Amino acid sequence: MNQLTIPIIFYIFAAVTVLSAAFVVFSKNVIYSAFSLLFTFFGVAALYVFLSADFIAVTQVVVYVGGILVLLLFGVMFTNTIMQTELKADVLNLLPGVLLLVLLIAGMLFSFYTAGGWMPGMDQLHGSVVESIGLETMSRYMLPFEMVSIVLLVALIGAAYLARYDKAHKKEN
Amino acid sequence: MEQFLSIGVNHFLTISVLLFSLGMFAVMTRKNAIVILMGVELILNAANINFLTFSKYNGGMEGVMFSLFVIVLAAAEAAVALAIVINIFKTFKTVDVSSVDTMKE
Repeated sequence: MNQLTIPIIFYIFAAVTVLSAAFVVFSKNVIYSAFSLLFTFFGVAALYVFLSADFIAVTQVVVYVGGILVLLLFGVMFTNTIMQTELKADVLNLLPGVLLLVLLIAGMLFSFYTAGGWMPGMDQLHGSVVESIGLETMSRYMLPFEMVSIVLLVALIGAAYLARYDKAHKKEN
Repeated sequence: MEQFLSIGVNHFLTISVLLFSLGMFAVMTRKNAIVILMGVELILNAANINFLTFSKYNGGMEGVMFSLFVIVLAAAEAAVALAIVINIFKTFKTVDVSSVDTMKE
């Protein structure tokens, strides 16, 4: 039983992730897509736990679900008037898109499963990864860490500048 | 049966491939700019799963650190992209990317 529980939980989360991602892509309604993306992000966070990256899983929930998804929902609300009954989104290039989808999945899976398999390394990650992330951040990845913080600051200031309410422009119209 | 019961590299890579292809499909075929952004987020998540898979089964910390940076950059990208989408909506009164064909008002 113990041998069977972990694969079953893995397959449940894998199914949730992939099916809700498919619903994001194939749903006609933008609101449905946004809420389905929530389940995709939670499923991916659960898969990160299986990969013994607990800190990344928590970051995924906080940043993606708490930040990016709320931002996307705000985008949906801003760019569709509330009274508009249909929040529909059309498609274009449907045939090349389906062709690309099928070819990508088939080609990649074929090469993964026929290339003889991956050899796992001698020392795999086990248990919690939080302490090593702290050590790595303050030693080898000091410069990327600082750079990414500056990038985030600049991007947020730029986003706030771009999306601000333009008073002078409004009067002109 | 043994292959289904022991979760290995191929399982995670399969999920990653599916997420990547679905995101690619959304970016290619959808006209709504916000759904295109959702497709980009799916692609970034697929890349993160790959990084963490190889990091776990190789024992290094490089993939974990890189996926952390990917999440930060995805947040920055989403913020800037949504600001641009809102500006497009102000100018063109639509977020349909196939009708955005001029660079001035």
